[in-house]
Amino acid sequence: MSAPAPNSTPVTKLTVRDLCVYYSEKKGVGPVTMDIAEKHVTAFIGPSGCGKSTFLRALNRMNELIPGCRMTGEVKLDGDAIYGAGVDPVTVRRRIGMVFQRSNPFPKSIAENVAYGLRIGGLKDEREIAMRVERGLQHAALWDEVKDRLDDNALGLSGGQQQRLCIARALAVEPEVLLMDEPASALDPIATAHIEELINEISSDYTVVIVTHNMQQAARVADYTAFFYMGELVEFDRTDVLFTKPSNQRTEDYITGRFG
Amino acid sequence: MRTVTSREHTNREYEQELRRLREQLLLMGAKIEEMIRGSIRALVERETALAEQMISFDKRINQLELEIDEQCMQILARRQPVASDLRFITMALKLVTDLERIGDLGVNICERVVELNAEPPLKPYVDMPNMAREVQEMLHEALDAFVAADADRAQHVIVRDRNIDAYYSQIFRELLTYMMEDPRNIFRATRLQSIAKYLERIGDHVTNLGEMVVFMVKGKDIRHGGRQVI
Repeated sequence: MSAPAPNSTPVTKLTVRDLCVYYSEKKGVGPVTMDIAEKHVTAFIGPSGCGKSTFLRALNRMNELIPGCRMTGEVKLDGDAIYGAGVDPVTVRRRIGMVFQRSNPFPKSIAENVAYGLRIGGLKDEREIAMRVERGLQHAALWDEVKDRLDDNALGLSGGQQQRLCIARALAVEPEVLLMDEPASALDPIATAHIEELINEISSDYTVVIVTHNMQQAARVADYTAFFYMGELVEFDRTDVLFTKPSNQRTEDYITGRFG
Repeated sequence: MRTVTSREHTNREYEQELRRLREQLLLMGAKIEEMIRGSIRALVERETALAEQMISFDKRINQLELEIDEQCMQILARRQPVASDLRFITMALKLVTDLERIGDLGVNICERVVELNAEPPLKPYVDMPNMAREVQEMLHEALDAFVAADADRAQHVIVRDRNIDAYYSQIFRELLTYMMEDPRNIFRATRLQSIAKYLERIGDHVTNLGEMVVFMVKGKDIRHGGRQVI
């Protein structure tokens, strides 16, 4: 993990102002105001139901797919409102990719999984596609393991490999931000270590936002950590500060295991 | 007993481990306090047997150091402590080193006392018991501040170290005059001077304890000139 120097101010990639998300009039999370740093890793931690995943989904307009969900406030990507009139959510989601808790490869070959987003994006040049499939798999640290069986069915891969394939698929369309919702919670420690190393590597090119139940994971991979509790953003700080001297008592109680 | 965070851990076994560690540290501190007190009484009342008894405390103190180190290692490995718990464990690891050094200095005092008690008294001891009492009170206050997680009291301990330094220079000057008066005083005067120096060193270690308590409570490092920021 490359912790930012205390005096360096990273560029803001996502600007969130007073964001609230409601599920049919019941508030799920908010109001949240935060700046997410470009080419750094930001982690969201908090107990189940604290709103961290809801908030993550609001960052690439995924909540719109949930019936009865509405939101107020503002999210800007490089200064442009992603919820602005005339903004196509599909374009937003191409720039802000997502990886989910359960790996969900398509029942297709390994190569086709990674090529999928490129093809529906209209790319036809097979040489270009092959090149970007390789690059995606390399970025996801999977290339060496699958290069000799690219035409095998993706469902034959191990859980950890499937999750890295999903990351490769998300990276192949070259997003600017990658949102990860508990990407390693279903994996064994070695597969988890692979994912964490991968997060560390891609953060030099991508802005990564990760939701995790595993506090040690946040401490290991993230430059910044946000603690959510009961729909509220309680504390947001550099990871090294948050895990050694948090300023809020509720953060202290949660991370030291003094809750409930 | 109050901890840095008064709330208890959800995991009771972890809570127990932290409590036990705190108790061991206090036990070690109490042994050391007793040793310092006994060593000076042995000097003033010329009780060589008491000095020898105090020397035997060192074995138990060293054993406690090993036990505390082991407990800290176990907690670090098994619990991955963070925030105030992490500050507590890392400070416990350092605290124990200073406490052990204080114990060694206590042994040194007793050794000099045994040598001095074999000779006729050089002079009535006035400043030395006062200095020893001040050091002892500082140690007691530092341990209290640790138990109560009281950064203000810990700061007060640090300030008190000036008194110790003042006592030391005064005792040193006085002993110098005795040595200049009569070379036959030199053997006893240098031993007394060593005892004063040991007490002065203990004051420095106690100051370290105070700084650690401030860090443990507030997360602020006040060593090496960082004191002004508070």
